[in-house]
Amino acid sequence: MTPTLAHYLLVSGLLFTIGLAGVLLRRNILIIFMCLELMLNAANLSLVAFSRFNITAQATALQGTVNYNGQILVFFIITVAAAEVAIGLAIIVALFRARQTTHVEDLNSLKF
Amino acid sequence: MQLVLFWVFAILMLLFAGAVVLLRNPVSSALSLVMSFVSLAALFITLEAFFIGVVQVLVYAGAVMVLFLFIIMLLNLRNEETRRLNLGAWAGGGLVVIAFVGLLVKVIFSFPGFAFAKPPLVNPQVSDVALVGETLFRDFSFPFQVVGILLLVSTVGVVLLSKKELK
Repeated sequence: MTPTLAHYLLVSGLLFTIGLAGVLLRRNILIIFMCLELMLNAANLSLVAFSRFNITAQATALQGTVNYNGQILVFFIITVAAAEVAIGLAIIVALFRARQTTHVEDLNSLKF
Repeated sequence: MQLVLFWVFAILMLLFAGAVVLLRNPVSSALSLVMSFVSLAALFITLEAFFIGVVQVLVYAGAVMVLFLFIIMLLNLRNEETRRLNLGAWAGGGLVVIAFVGLLVKVIFSFPGFAFAKPPLVNPQVSDVALVGETLFRDFSFPFQVVGILLLVSTVGVVLLSKKELK
């Protein structure tokens, strides 16, 4: 028995749901940011699963290998996520300097 | 055997992801997130995506989470004090999550995905990293350079954001 496509999609969907629940329920801005990463990773898992279950059929050099376009997209997502984390954490640090809090309910005015 | 390993790592990943949401100390949340990412890398390996699995461990579990822990230490966050729960927000959030899981189960079980076994690879001896690199530099060399510029821009942005005062 090997896991099928639906197994991976189910796990990926559940991981996304946990991330979504964290974003909706937690009030610490750092935890919310971590849950955003969880949601990105859920998308990555389903992309890699689709890539593995889609064997290249055309008679090129890559015939019979997995479809690598999905994995390239995951590679780009990981790169963009790294940039996003760096910027987001810098913004959170600047916010903490100005207001001494990471609790989203204390951050309710746009200009301060 | 493969199914057993799949479930072991999937359940580990989901448990640690749940711990990220449920634990009150930000440091424990960050360390659970590291474990969740490592289990996800193991799932990538079960899909024969060795390159993505290694990059996941290096970039996410390594670089990104070190950055997170560094910021948590820098801000000197303690355990979140227990605040009055906002019942409306919890009810709304719970409703959205339950609706999402319901939709997910309905979609997963309405298409014949469980009959879709993993197709065998014709030539499993070919290196995964070589094929990823070939695809990346042949078909996606322009996006690759755009991503390089994006990383440069974000580096400059972070330096600018962390200056004490903008002049």
